[in-house]
Amino acid sequence: MEWEIVMGLEVHVELATKTKIFCSCTTEFGGAPNTHCCPVCTGMPGTLPVLNRQVVEYAVRAGLALNCDINQYNKFDRKNYFYPDLPKAYQISQLYLPFAHDGKVQLHTKSGRDVTIGIHEIHMEEDAGKLVHSLFGDTTYPDYNRCGVPLIEIVSEPDFRETEEVIAYLTKLKSTFEYLGISDCKMEEGSMRADVNLSVRPKGSTEFGTRTEMKNINSLKAIERAIAFESKRQIELIESGGRVVQETRRWDENKEKTFAMRSKENAQDYRYFPEPDIPPLYITDEELAHYRAICPEFAEAKAARFVSDLGLAQEDAEIIAGSKYLARLFEETNAIANDPAEVRYWMMTQVLYFMNERGVQAEDIKLAPEKFAQFIGIVKAGRINRQVGKQVFESMFFGDDSFDVEAYIKEHDLEIVDDKSLIEETIAAVIAENPKAVEQYKSGQTKICGFFVGQTMKRLKGKADPAAVNAVLAEALKKL
Amino acid sequence: MQITEELVSYVAQLSRLRMSPEETAEMQKQMSEIVSYMDKLNELDTDGVEPLSHIFNITNVLRDDTVAPSYAREDILKNAPEHTEETFVVPKTVE
Ligand SMILES: [Zn+2]
Repeated sequence: MEWEIVMGLEVHVELATKTKIFCSCTTEFGGAPNTHCCPVCTGMPGTLPVLNRQVVEYAVRAGLALNCDINQYNKFDRKNYFYPDLPKAYQISQLYLPFAHDGKVQLHTKSGRDVTIGIHEIHMEEDAGKLVHSLFGDTTYPDYNRCGVPLIEIVSEPDFRETEEVIAYLTKLKSTFEYLGISDCKMEEGSMRADVNLSVRPKGSTEFGTRTEMKNINSLKAIERAIAFESKRQIELIESGGRVVQETRRWDENKEKTFAMRSKENAQDYRYFPEPDIPPLYITDEELAHYRAICPEFAEAKAARFVSDLGLAQEDAEIIAGSKYLARLFEETNAIANDPAEVRYWMMTQVLYFMNERGVQAEDIKLAPEKFAQFIGIVKAGRINRQVGKQVFESMFFGDDSFDVEAYIKEHDLEIVDDKSLIEETIAAVIAENPKAVEQYKSGQTKICGFFVGQTMKRLKGKADPAAVNAVLAEALKKL
Repeated sequence: MQITEELVSYVAQLSRLRMSPEETAEMQKQMSEIVSYMDKLNELDTDGVEPLSHIFNITNVLRDDTVAPSYAREDILKNAPEHTEETFVVPKTVE
């Protein structure tokens, strides 16, 4: 039988505010355990949480960017659960009237399909603390530094059918929130986390199967593997006559398996009720109009402009515009260099190579557009060839603020050799020292020309223009 | 709504409260009284009345996103029944 996978996503995104959602403790990452805490975020009796204005702005702007209807009147509720990651024994969240609902996200997947994913709702809530479990003893050590960090939870409709749609969706959320400047969305650091609800059904069926929820997935690669594992597990279970149980399963990255969590933790009875400490919110028409007005240009619009105005290929434009940081480097460099093709060349070859092969994150790129543009000027003037250019670019890319392109080229003696007589001398020497190769050439093996070029470039330390070497060589060989 | 002994035990379990049979019986009595008072309120015709979401008619009580110093860690930890120099200590809660 052919099976179809049906998935819905719950994505938690930490908002990049300076302070926590209900108190003035810093949200700064790291810090010694329990040093970013106060009576409010550690749930001491008698304290009064007060909502952070910036959280509301960031949340509503996220809702607008995902094409949601905004509940201008919205409010908070208490989700009661007893677990030591949350010292109040309840989480302040939004259940009955969340701030955003009924949005949609258009996706362009890797295989080139256009897909629309519905957003059921988005709500604001507070993050929980971190639990460190002792390896041998029977104790757990809670650290409440992250407790009370503001989150939005984006609940999608069960509209996903393929893994590539999930990847495209998460990539798009990251890109959108980066452009809005409301979160850094680093999955590895936990500032963006995805729970995947997954069920399977016979292809063509319109009813949903029983779903499981996978938690604890912290990279795009892990999500791909978790979906592959869990869908296969469910299909094999059903095909062998079993039944899928609705439960929460934990993805174990090391064992590459999902595990059922203890059934007690599956007994979910949160006894929600309206949060008495936080008065309702009202978002005015003026605020909404203002947030719409300051909405930045997002990836698709930017990519379209790179194609139509700057002549980039669609695929390159999508990659560069997909990241706020790459787009900024590209645009600011091009504003000085005024040569989009050349800027694109170095970004798509070198920068992407460093990102893919050496794990460089776009947001960590330090290269200044001024320096990049200066480098492009030097390449275009023909003062260094592309091969040498790669070496210079790499040193510049990983160099610090004090890196000076001109000084580097001078110090390493990399400027191109355009002295024709030097090239002629070098070629003459190569020919004189390789009589065997000369014989081969004379017997008609013209492929040996590459050998002569290679030897010549080597002696010139790669600094000659390959075209010039070829021209001089052709003349020299004619005279043999 | 009927408040049974089972319901009281269930709510106690959700809150991780251990109760003696006498306490359970006492809770059952008190909760029944509270819930029957709700039944009294239910006799009112509330058609067309917006649910009350907060006892005061106020909205948007907000603070600016400005960092203030957190508490000294020893002060944060000192009320806990058990703690180390850095963290609280609770019974192990992982599988
Ligand atoms: Zn605090």
